[in-house]
Amino acid sequence: MANLATPSDNLLDIRNLRIEAKVYPPGEEPRNITLVHDVSLTLKKGKVLGLIGESGAGKSTIGLSSLGYGRGGVRITGGQVFINGRDILTSGKSGIRKLRGREVCYVAQSAAAAFNPAHRLMDQVVEASLLHGTGTRAQAEKRAVALFKKLSLPDPENIGKRFPHQVSGGQLQRVMTAMALCSEPDLIVFDEPTTALDVTTQIDVLAAIKDAIRDTGVAALYITHDLAVVAQVSDEIMVLRHGRLVEWGGTRQIIKEPRQEYTNQLVSVHEITHEEQKPGTTPFLSVKNVTAAYGGGAVKVLKNVSVDIYPGQTLAVVGESGSGKSTLARAVTGLLPPLEGNVTFAGRPLANRLADRTKDDLRQLQMIYQMADVAMNPRQTVGTIIGRPLEFYFGMRGKQRDARVAELLDKIEMGKGFIDRYPAELSGGQKQRVCIARALAAKPKLIICDEVTSALDPLVAHGILELLLELQKEEQVAYLFITHDLATVKSIADSIAVMYRGEVVRYGSKSEVLKPPFDAYTELLLSSVPEMEIGWLEKAIKGRRMESAGN
Amino acid sequence: MAPILKLIAQRLALGVLLLLAVSVLIFAGTQILPGDVAQSILGQSATPQALANLREAMGLNDPAYVRYFKWLGGVLTGDLGTALSSGQDIATSIKGRLWNTLFLAFWAAIVSVPLAIILGLLAVRYRNGFVDKLISGLALASTSLPEFLIGYVLVFFFAVKLQWFPGISTVYEGMPFGQRMQAIALPATALTLVVLAHMMRMTRAAILNVMQSAYVETAELKGLSAFNVIRKHAFPNAIAPIINVVMLNLAFLIVGVVVVEVIFVYPGMGQYLVDHVAKRDVPVVQAVGLIFAAVYIGLNIIADIAAIIANPRLRHPK
Repeated sequence: MANLATPSDNLLDIRNLRIEAKVYPPGEEPRNITLVHDVSLTLKKGKVLGLIGESGAGKSTIGLSSLGYGRGGVRITGGQVFINGRDILTSGKSGIRKLRGREVCYVAQSAAAAFNPAHRLMDQVVEASLLHGTGTRAQAEKRAVALFKKLSLPDPENIGKRFPHQVSGGQLQRVMTAMALCSEPDLIVFDEPTTALDVTTQIDVLAAIKDAIRDTGVAALYITHDLAVVAQVSDEIMVLRHGRLVEWGGTRQIIKEPRQEYTNQLVSVHEITHEEQKPGTTPFLSVKNVTAAYGGGAVKVLKNVSVDIYPGQTLAVVGESGSGKSTLARAVTGLLPPLEGNVTFAGRPLANRLADRTKDDLRQLQMIYQMADVAMNPRQTVGTIIGRPLEFYFGMRGKQRDARVAELLDKIEMGKGFIDRYPAELSGGQKQRVCIARALAAKPKLIICDEVTSALDPLVAHGILELLLELQKEEQVAYLFITHDLATVKSIADSIAVMYRGEVVRYGSKSEVLKPPFDAYTELLLSSVPEMEIGWLEKAIKGRRMESAGN
Repeated sequence: MAPILKLIAQRLALGVLLLLAVSVLIFAGTQILPGDVAQSILGQSATPQALANLREAMGLNDPAYVRYFKWLGGVLTGDLGTALSSGQDIATSIKGRLWNTLFLAFWAAIVSVPLAIILGLLAVRYRNGFVDKLISGLALASTSLPEFLIGYVLVFFFAVKLQWFPGISTVYEGMPFGQRMQAIALPATALTLVVLAHMMRMTRAAILNVMQSAYVETAELKGLSAFNVIRKHAFPNAIAPIINVVMLNLAFLIVGVVVVEVIFVYPGMGQYLVDHVAKRDVPVVQAVGLIFAAVYIGLNIIADIAAIIANPRLRHPK
């Protein structure tokens, strides 16, 4: 055990790292909590270590500690962090400033938010290089352009002259990678760099990052909650939970022969077997040739869309961001009146505008949103939130209402004890369950689920999907299920509509839609979903190239 | 047309409309007051015949809208009418005073705006620490004190005790620049102290708001020093609200200087206005009111346009 001297081939050596933060729970005294419990890790030059775990596992916190940085009130209270043999935690403010942007660089989850909207991209990309004196401006810009080329950005000579808002999200993520590589660091911390992207974009960015890491020989900490993604880029994987190390090993060992039960849970595929229901004879809700636009008809986001929803069944709408999925939901609910076409409900046309619909029509269509925490009033208790539709639609009061609220809480597998809780006291999954109960309280025929599991950890999301299916059986409620995640679609849908640029490009029962031959876009979507298999990325990219070359 | 030019043109048009509306209000306001100009000129003892003659001669019997357009037409051609109390042409007597007021406001602004922004930046840099609390505390104290008190305190120390500056800020045409500056030193200081805190606290709040952004974290993780993070990355994105509050305070420096001008007997617009309000000289009050409104609206339009230009999304559309 050479505890005093750092072996020279370890670029990064974290020993017994302990990180604490002060939390302010509502109605209680502030207290200290420990986010990271004595975690140690080492990383050799040019290697990639994947940090994986659910939210709250401490993966970002550990990643940022290698830059001597704590987000918010987070403090590093114990342990050592050696980079190139120096303990950076004892190097003082100026020592840490010399390290950041020079030896260690950071790539954030949302490049769109991480670029300063007020400056041109090139100025931001070369900023760290100039600050740390790794060359003149001309040299740094030359390096940046070369990196833009390597990351296959369009128009690499000129893209630096643009402002962040003039470049798409996937491209910004690549520019951010170029920014990190520009000052030729020894280590890059990638913090969920592809999580905010569409699957079809994710695969390109992933491939670009992988190539760049290989060609520049930089070491990387790759943080993500998606094992399938991390399996593509990492040499080793470290599994974390509640700020503690669960398992650390080679990528192949972790995904093929996990030694811990928790890792096994993460690795094993959670397929929900959902028997597809055949469409009934008459749909209760039909969207007929709907065209909708924003800006008074200026930007058409839905073009001649027709779909049917059958009682007690699930129609899944899939597509990338900007394909018009959420706009379809807005048109059905009346929030965005269609320009042309209409929506019929139980054989009669629904008023296009929300304001013209009857209270009973409103009751029949309920919504659940992606961000459960902003979809609830933070100052109301769970009881008030779920009780509101009962009062509003059915005029229930007092004991009758409370009994029904308790019944609904029971349905979402949360006890009566939650009635007096506030949203801030619930976990992400519990918040989403409360939103489900609120939608259910109105006894609707249809619930529109807009990316309801996208913000949740995989295991929690799995629980929510099972609950939704269970409730569908009990209550005979139909779902319009909007998602970009094809795995979710497979486990919940009866029929599927694939949307692309405002149009439905493929529509039918689940088995028809998922059966080859595919149209080009559905094929692209299906082939872009990461699989937990080493070498999947190369195979998928190769498959796509052959296809585009063949066309 | 580029969207940014369209937006700016809209703001300008809106400003002109607003100014017209204000002119109607000012005109209507002076009409509601009892008595009219003829009455004021001739006084209590006027005979009805003399009043009627004068009204006829001055066109006071015309309907209100005719008189309004006559007045407006005069204003647009630079004729603000004649002061009742002195019989002098208002435009001529205002010109020198407006210039004096602008001169004082200009130097107060030159000192207070950069000072407020730098103090705001420093307060953010050392937020919640001693420096922040000291800056905020002093700035708040100086704003809470009424300007007449600040004025007299300044006079007591710097004019009476130390005798560095004159206690009465007399300026006249052809006065050498150095002397003029010495004369306005105390009123300019008083004004600076009054407007400083508002601008400084707004700068601090606007920047703190931006400090939560992911791009500020990116800048910190590049190794920039705390002050450079604020200056290069936070400040440019906080500029719109800062410009807004700066312009409001500049407007105050011009239209709100009444008390300070009176204390230091400075021959500016404020004093002129106070004198003529006391004499119930309606045409002068109208003219000064319109000028003050124009200044106010003009500066706010500049703030709006500056905020539009400061937004890179509008400056560089996709």
